[in-house]
Amino acid sequence: MLGEPWHRIISITSTDPDRSPARHPGGDYALDRGFRGIAWTSAALILALVAYIIVEIGGKALPAIAEYGFGFLTSTTWNVQEGHFGILPEIWGTLYSSLLALILGGVFGITIAIFLTQDFLPSRLAVVFRTIIELLAAIPSVVFGLWGIYVLIPMLRPAANWLHEEFGVVPFFGTSLSGPGLAPAALVLAIMILPTVASISVDALRQIPYKVKEAAYGMGTTRWEAILKVMLPTAGSGILAALVLGFGRALGETMALAMLIGNSNQISLSLFAPANTLAALLASNFPEAGEVEVQALMYAALALLAITLVVNIVGLAAMKFATRKFEAER
Amino acid sequence: MNAIAETAAVEAAPTTTFGNTVMDCQVQKIFYGDFLAVRDSHLPIEKNKIIGFIGPSGCGKSTVLRSLNRMNDLIPVFRFEGKVTYHGQDIYDKKVDPVVVRRYIGMVFQQPNPFSMSIYDNVAFGLRLNRFKGNMDERVEKALNGAALWNEVKDKLKNSGLSLSGGQQQRLCIARAIATEPDVLLMDEPCSALDPIATRKVEELMLELKENYTIAIVTHNMQQAMRVADTTAFMGVDISQGSRTGYLVEMGATQRIFEDPQEELTRKYVRGEFS
Repeated sequence: MLGEPWHRIISITSTDPDRSPARHPGGDYALDRGFRGIAWTSAALILALVAYIIVEIGGKALPAIAEYGFGFLTSTTWNVQEGHFGILPEIWGTLYSSLLALILGGVFGITIAIFLTQDFLPSRLAVVFRTIIELLAAIPSVVFGLWGIYVLIPMLRPAANWLHEEFGVVPFFGTSLSGPGLAPAALVLAIMILPTVASISVDALRQIPYKVKEAAYGMGTTRWEAILKVMLPTAGSGILAALVLGFGRALGETMALAMLIGNSNQISLSLFAPANTLAALLASNFPEAGEVEVQALMYAALALLAITLVVNIVGLAAMKFATRKFEAER
Repeated sequence: MNAIAETAAVEAAPTTTFGNTVMDCQVQKIFYGDFLAVRDSHLPIEKNKIIGFIGPSGCGKSTVLRSLNRMNDLIPVFRFEGKVTYHGQDIYDKKVDPVVVRRYIGMVFQQPNPFSMSIYDNVAFGLRLNRFKGNMDERVEKALNGAALWNEVKDKLKNSGLSLSGGQQQRLCIARAIATEPDVLLMDEPCSALDPIATRKVEELMLELKENYTIAIVTHNMQQAMRVADTTAFMGVDISQGSRTGYLVEMGATQRIFEDPQEELTRKYVRGEFS
């Protein structure tokens, strides 16, 4: 290449046939372009896939949207014989169970992350612990469901019924737990989102440079003051991301919930009442659904998709805001 | 090097104890695990003066500085033998809480390390920590003024401390450290991450601060020690025992250390013959 006068090879990546890289002995540029092509195609395929899914579900849901309109989202009956479809109880159940799971899983996940990163454990033990928690994510949903039915519900029932008898006036304990219900479902959900929340929070806390910790102790903080007043706020946007992802996971979780929540079309504040979620509704009704019900289910799927999308967008915006406000130069 | 190190036994090091000593640091041995990092160094620190610690890398000057407010306690294998008195009280006494020590003896670090919170909250951090009940705004303004930063940030106190430039961040850290009005300020190479203009500003600031504070600064820039320090402590590395152990070679008025050092090792160092 260097043997040729340089002006004849002004551009080695040019597509001009006169100076094309085809004359160039190395295959580097072809490889370069090839890789770029693959990367672009993959990215475009993902977009196309998402668009296709939305269009397809939307298309199938179209008759139901035309038929039931906005009332579908605010009506509370699901009666196939009479052709009445409404998903308000499912929307409520989805949000309520996910919120409970987020509170429980969030508190435990963040606590575990603090425990694993702030020198409470020798680092080798912390790695072992973290691996075990991440293994929780590998347990199939249906196994969690079975565990819930055979272990968790019988375990919860005496406590739940005692709470109902003693504090029945409190809306949260307004009913007794007779089997599947919101409480066992939310508990299992909390366990299922725990690995997500914990491991992303661990990463966020671990990314904090040592100098920040030094600054905190240098100001004369105790260990807990350093953690609560400096480390957690510093990792704030990362922990927020952990919670958003955990919440997103909880919203979409299907199998364990279909087994545990009771699939009952009602809106109740009570933790022990059976309820239903959108994902569970889809899973349990699809197998035997006729044409009209399938259209309604597609509409419900679209609603679930919209909820997760909104949650993720709001979460991303909150994270952006937190990052811009407090971590300007990081 | 060996021979020089051996001749400079600590007993020979001229250390004068002055009347107005705020802190008196008497190191016998500082260990990191089995490694003897610093031995026999006596460093009295006088009120309203700036003491500069100079010496080649690995001489333990940062280690000694960080022993003065028990920052080294963060390192599990760290062990201190000796005594550091602060207003007559040994801070390594068993009944002394290192957290309290650090509230009274402020520290500024090598890398600017503001917290990821607003400028205001950074400065107010120590005050809140100590449950300060007075006029917070006034104290924050005073500290920022003290750190020569007020005019640059007064209109954006709600912005993140991390949005400032490196030099401003370091002055913010100084403001954070002086907001609680500690009487001793430890500075561990505070300018090593700053450009010359920012360095100049921090140096001018130190000269202003010494009216109210006592400052101990570690620097590997001899010119900086000459510009700001009243007293200079030169530390050397003793490699005669097969490992690298730091010790105080000589301490005295800055001008004397640089113009008329008593020790051969000091003379060679200030001439720039090794570093």
